[in-house]
Formats: sequence, C-alpha cells, structure tokens
Amino acid sequence: MATYQLNVNGQSKQVNVDPSTPLLWVLREELKMTGTKYGCGISACGACTVHLGGIATRSCVVPVSLIGDRKITTIEGVGQDPVGRVVQNAWVEKDVVQCGYCQSGQIMSAVALLKETPKPTDENIEESMGGNLCRCATYVRIREAIKRAAEQI
Amino acid sequence: MLAHHRLRPLVFMLMLAVCVTGVALSIRAGIERRGTLSAADTKLADGLAAWEQVYSVLTSPRCINCHTAINYPQQGDDRHRHFANVIRGPADRGVPALNCVGCHQEVNADSTGVPGGPDWHLAPLSMRWQDANDRPLSSAAVCRAVTDRSRNENMDGPALLKHHEGAALVLWAWNPGRRPDGTMRTLPPLTHAQFVAATRTWVDAGTPCPRAR
Repeated sequence: MATYQLNVNGQSKQVNVDPSTPLLWVLREELKMTGTKYGCGISACGACTVHLGGIATRSCVVPVSLIGDRKITTIEGVGQDPVGRVVQNAWVEKDVVQCGYCQSGQIMSAVALLKETPKPTDENIEESMGGNLCRCATYVRIREAIKRAAEQI
Repeated sequence: MLAHHRLRPLVFMLMLAVCVTGVALSIRAGIERRGTLSAADTKLADGLAAWEQVYSVLTSPRCINCHTAINYPQQGDDRHRHFANVIRGPADRGVPALNCVGCHQEVNADSTGVPGGPDWHLAPLSMRWQDANDRPLSSAAVCRAVTDRSRNENMDGPALLKHHEGAALVLWAWNPGRRPDGTMRTLPPLTHAQFVAATRTWVDAGTPCPRAR
C-alpha cells in the first residue's frame, strides 16, 4: 500500500491504495465517484474515460502509481469547464442517452475532441469517438450533439 | 507441444545465425573469386552481414508493429491490428480522445498489461518497414529507408548508431513488460548489446545496403 495525493476536479484527494490499482477503481471504490464506469477493463470500450493532464485517458488501465501530479477531470467535474458545460447541455438537448452506461465516457471523449478540434468534421468525429462503444447504438445522436456543441463553442 | 514452443526461439536464433554466416561467407566467396580479398572488401562483407542482424531486430514485432505502412499500429507477436479502432492520426500519435498516450504511459503498466515508454507513438510513414498488406519489406528496402536522410530525420551513420544505442522507444524493445495475462512479451532476436555491436559494424563499414532482388 502507498499514499497518493491526487488532484481530482480541482480538489486534492488523498488515497492509500496498492500502487497497481487502476485509477478507475481509485475513483469508484476509494473516492466513491461512480460517474466513471467500468466497461471492459482492457481499454477497449471507452466507458472509463477521464481526462488526465487534459488528455482523454482510459482510467481502467492506468495504475495510480503512474499518475503523478497530473490533474484528473471526471464526468462529475467536466461541467465546470466551458466546453464541458456546452457538451453536457447539447447531450440533454439532443436527448442522446438511452441506457446511459457508456455516456460518461462518450462525453469525456467528446469534450477532448472539441477542445482540440472545435469544428470537427464527420470524419474527425468518427475517428476520435471510434474507441467509445455504445451498445444502444446512440451514435447518430452522439454525432448530432457534438455538432450542436460545436455550434456553441 | 509445449516443448515445441520453448524450442522455437532457439531454432529461430540458430536459423538466423546460419543465414547471417551464409550471407557473410557468400559475399566473401564472391569477392575472393574476383581476386584478393582487400581490407575494404572484408569490411563491406562484414558490414552487410551485420546489417542482416540489424534487420532481424527491426522486423521483429517489438519494433515493426509501430513501423506500419497503414493507418494503424499493430500489436502482438502475430502483428494483428491494434484494437479499439486506434488510428495513426496526423502526427502519428493518434487523434483527439484516442491519443496513444491515453493508454500508454511513460513506463510499462505491468499490472494492467499496457506497454509504455516516453512519448509513445508510431514511426512516421517515411519510416514504414512494411508494405500495405502488412508484409515486412525486404532487407534491401528497409536498409534504403533507414539510410535515406530525407526520410530518417537526417540521421547519418553515427546518428543511427546513437539512436540504436539510446533512443527510449528503441530501448523499450528489450524491456517490453508484461502482457495483460501476466506473461512477458517476447524480445527481439538479439540482445541490445548485440544489436548495438551489429549496428556499429554496419556503420563502420559505411552503412552498406544489400542489392534489391
């Protein structure tokens, strides 16, 4: 076990965990922040996506020992960011969600895309969101919401 | 069956040694047929033989999986397409929301089986060592790519040697970490010291390339 000081959504959090523990489980089990979802556990589905140092990151495969002082942003905190807020509003406006399980990861990836590419093409959206799976197949509405958000950024 | 798998690396190394020796001997024999073996001829033959050793490393999965000619990296010893729809992106580092470093950290994450190293990324297309059908290019073609300063970030022989000696992602090939199932990833066919020694011999000989067939 080791103690880590993490910056999560602008707040300092201390955890005492095994160094090999993936960030996902630190968030969910230690910090009780369950907005970030467990999907596959092998970085294949995108449900666990958070931002680590501003980069969309699969929290299920990143051990807590490798995080260092990079800032962590989760679905609980992304609405504090102007782009994050616009994306969340667009998600509501377009009624994207069906079951909702993958949507935390979808939104975190969409925010990362729009921060780097404010006016994404269909191809940009397909490429960047290609690693986020949705078993309800809400992909059409996800694309609409990203385009709606892009209009407001 | 298990014993067969254990013997496979040994057999591969043996075959490699036989091939390299064969190339060196045939080159030398060719030179000797023409007349006296000069010091320059010997150096050339040794350089070409050393290149074949270098080539055996460059085309091993730990290296060539990120030297693709297509729009995505490969993974595994069978060099299959990288999962999760990962693509090359404009700077060989993925795309927004699907960057290489979104999973691959600065070091290997052995507890989750994700390999890592500094600035994890694909080699540029100018340094592709495969064809569009994922087949490794010939020894002559890879040699031409590696020595073409318009394609290799302007590296001359000594710079190539330095690259092979100490570039972080080159060194990673000999410390590739564990797979998600906990087993160790396979290593290139030479040790790093042997790889550097072969590179040095090749560079000292003037980075000769085999003739294209």
